[in-house]
Amino acid sequence: MDLATLLPFIVNVIVGGLVLGFVYAIIALGYTMVYGVLQLINFAHSEVFVTGAVVGFEIFRVLAPSPMNGYLKLLIALVAAMAVSGLLNVLIERLAYRPLRNAPKLVPLITAIGVSLILQDVLRIIEGFQGRFDLTYTLPAGFSGKFCAAESSCAAVGNVLRTVGIDLQLKDVILIVVSLLSLGVLNYLVNRTRLGKAIRAVAQDRVTAGLMGIDANRMISATFLIGGALGGISGVLFGMKFGTVNAYSGFDPGIIAFTAAVLGGIGSIPGAVLGGLVLGVIQNLIGVTNVFGSLLHIANLESINASYQRIGAFIVLVLILIFKPTGLLGKSNVEKV
Amino acid sequence: MTAANPSAPRRARPAPERTSLLLLIFLVTSGLLLLSHNGDLIGTLGGVGSLLQNPIVEAVVVSLFLANVLFAYLWRAAPWAKALVGLGSLLLVLPWAGQEDTSLLDLSIQIMIFAALALGLNIVVGLAGLLDLGYVAFFAVGAYTWGIFGSPRFGEILRYYGENPGATNAATLAFGLFLTAVTAASMVYIRRRIVRPTRLSTWSFGLASFGLVAGVLLTGRALLVLNAFHAQGLATGINGNFFWLFLALSVMAAAIVGVLIGLPVLRLKGDYLAIITLGLGEVIRVLANNLDLFTAGSQGITPIKSAPVPWFDRLAGALGFQPDQYYLLFLYLLVLVMIALILTVNIRLDRSRIGRAWIAIRDDEVAAQAMGVPLVQTKLIAFATGASFAGAMGMIFAAKQTFISPESFNLFQSIGVLAMVILGGMGSFPGVILGAAVVTLLNLRILPGLGEATSNVAWIPQQVNPGQLQRLVFGVILVTIMLLRPEGLLPNRRRTLELHQEDNQEDESAQGNAGALTTGGEVYSAGFAPQKEEDRAGGTR
Repeated sequence: MDLATLLPFIVNVIVGGLVLGFVYAIIALGYTMVYGVLQLINFAHSEVFVTGAVVGFEIFRVLAPSPMNGYLKLLIALVAAMAVSGLLNVLIERLAYRPLRNAPKLVPLITAIGVSLILQDVLRIIEGFQGRFDLTYTLPAGFSGKFCAAESSCAAVGNVLRTVGIDLQLKDVILIVVSLLSLGVLNYLVNRTRLGKAIRAVAQDRVTAGLMGIDANRMISATFLIGGALGGISGVLFGMKFGTVNAYSGFDPGIIAFTAAVLGGIGSIPGAVLGGLVLGVIQNLIGVTNVFGSLLHIANLESINASYQRIGAFIVLVLILIFKPTGLLGKSNVEKV
Repeated sequence: MTAANPSAPRRARPAPERTSLLLLIFLVTSGLLLLSHNGDLIGTLGGVGSLLQNPIVEAVVVSLFLANVLFAYLWRAAPWAKALVGLGSLLLVLPWAGQEDTSLLDLSIQIMIFAALALGLNIVVGLAGLLDLGYVAFFAVGAYTWGIFGSPRFGEILRYYGENPGATNAATLAFGLFLTAVTAASMVYIRRRIVRPTRLSTWSFGLASFGLVAGVLLTGRALLVLNAFHAQGLATGINGNFFWLFLALSVMAAAIVGVLIGLPVLRLKGDYLAIITLGLGEVIRVLANNLDLFTAGSQGITPIKSAPVPWFDRLAGALGFQPDQYYLLFLYLLVLVMIALILTVNIRLDRSRIGRAWIAIRDDEVAAQAMGVPLVQTKLIAFATGASFAGAMGMIFAAKQTFISPESFNLFQSIGVLAMVILGGMGSFPGVILGAAVVTLLNLRILPGLGEATSNVAWIPQQVNPGQLQRLVFGVILVTIMLLRPEGLLPNRRRTLELHQEDNQEDESAQGNAGALTTGGEVYSAGFAPQKEEDRAGGTR
């Protein structure tokens, strides 16, 4: 490979990383919303998100024979996944976290782990009864094709992309659009509505917010609903991106997404997005480090391949946190004595 | 359990004297355990025998038997009875029953390994308040330290370096040693001379530490190449008598890794620290998975040997054990000694100056710093102490399994140990041990037993066979216990008082705990028994 082909290659790797990053970012938002309000690492979020993926799978499977428009199917899948995951998250909060509101911080962490174990097996049983374990997404026709193939209406865009050498699939573009839309809606919800204001007030100080007439429990439920709905969206997107999902596949992306949330500064919404994008790009770059190694004849780089992807994410996290201990966009709160 | 109500201090109502009950339960459960693990005898018993062989019944018998030790600790009884039940159970009955059924010894070793891990994590999380989600990394360090040398792997490594010697090695060795010495000396010099760190001193210290690592790596590589001709003689690993040396080395290696991990990240707080430790734990696992030459990758290292102790083997033989059981019995007793040691260290540390410093940091970092507690140093000691326990246990684990692979050191294990600590009661030593026993028993005996017993029941579909549902059942138990007893099974008394004080006082500024700590003229230690107020907290100084 020479330098002329290397540049488009790098661009492709980065674009692919950004697509991946958007999935992480939306998962990370689920963590960061809950953390912002309760200061709790919601370990069960990875299962909430897998539930969304499973719901999306089932919708696509049921709707597969119908001649409905692919985008409509996607919309139905997203809405159903949002509803199921959101309600599931609210239920989890009610049963496993709310009774422990005044317990030490680590206790809800353990119930979160317990809930995530329970959900894993429940999902596996439900799907197992139908004889399905690894769910393979059958997307509506065309989603897996190239973005803007020559005959479609947006040939100009397609030509530009081809000239630069970017290789995008339609589903990647859908993924980015859906992510950006949900980000926009979330931003509006949190920053511009009364509900968002109330949630932010509860996040800042639950007791004082209560004195101001805000029902903290309802706001926390609302946060879990929103976080779960985001988990549902990200589940469907994850399924679209990777094609297969099973009851246990939430773990890895969950960890990466949580890392992303911390990297950006946990509790900060733009931080979670930035962290997700950074991690996605870094993971993709590390996945192809061996290509650079063989190109530049650096033997030590050649052995670094995709199996080191996760390490890379964590090493970057360590480096960034050493220099910026509250994450990229986190606010440092000065402790008063 | 008599310590049922955590909100009321235990001394409010004296517990009834239960010496005879304790002895009775001990005799009954020991008898049951010995009976149910005696194949010859059980065959003659017919219906009762097959009932005792039922996996659920078997798991219950084992659990009840182990509960003896707990009862001996909890109940008010004559000291001789407590000692008899405790020591008799662990030293006499359990090995005896294990003679017939080795899995019992295996299970006990596993429980004690996890108990030691939980005690170590308890120092980090329970006493010093640092949430560590990558604790199993230290366990892995200990396991691989012995695993590589106590198995054919070491010979393979030497052979590889013999075939790929690289540069001239006497020179590399000399340079590596020189680099190590110079950088180490300059690090010491910088630490000594610089009173207040400047940008320059920080950078030069960083550079020196980088050089030190490089020097050590070069030296190690050169030593490996120079010793490559030994490869033939090391077909089964190094001499087993080095086990004891490596026990010390594992402890040291784990402690050093603990400090190395701790050093850069201890400025972080709470969940940032949690995610970093989680990440570094994963880094160690991925390295173990990918450094094929040293760790054999995902295949794992096998067979790993244990220490040869001829006199012990003769003793075990005289007691009627089979030769293939010797090493398990040996490891069982070794781990028993280790746990006694670790417990002693824990109790001593808890009552020492450093233990007070940990608790001070956990309760209020800023205030502790203002009172002159050196933050980084104290936290590092907590990290290193916790890590060193894990290192020792990792080595024993490797010797017991005779096989290690990266799979044994995943994040789930770290979380499992954390669950043991919190389930048992954070900061309370007996609680933590109980938590480890409960979780390990559930995972290794009770849930598999449940699955085995119901696997052939017709009306239970295969998908919901409890054997398939281990995670679910475990999760439900975890959540239920936490909801019912948020302070853990055997809560630490001091902590309980603090928590309940918070219930009464919403105002955070009034959270000083001086009143709660000294009620009734007693100072509650974080670990075991109350101390009299006259005792000086900082030990003898």
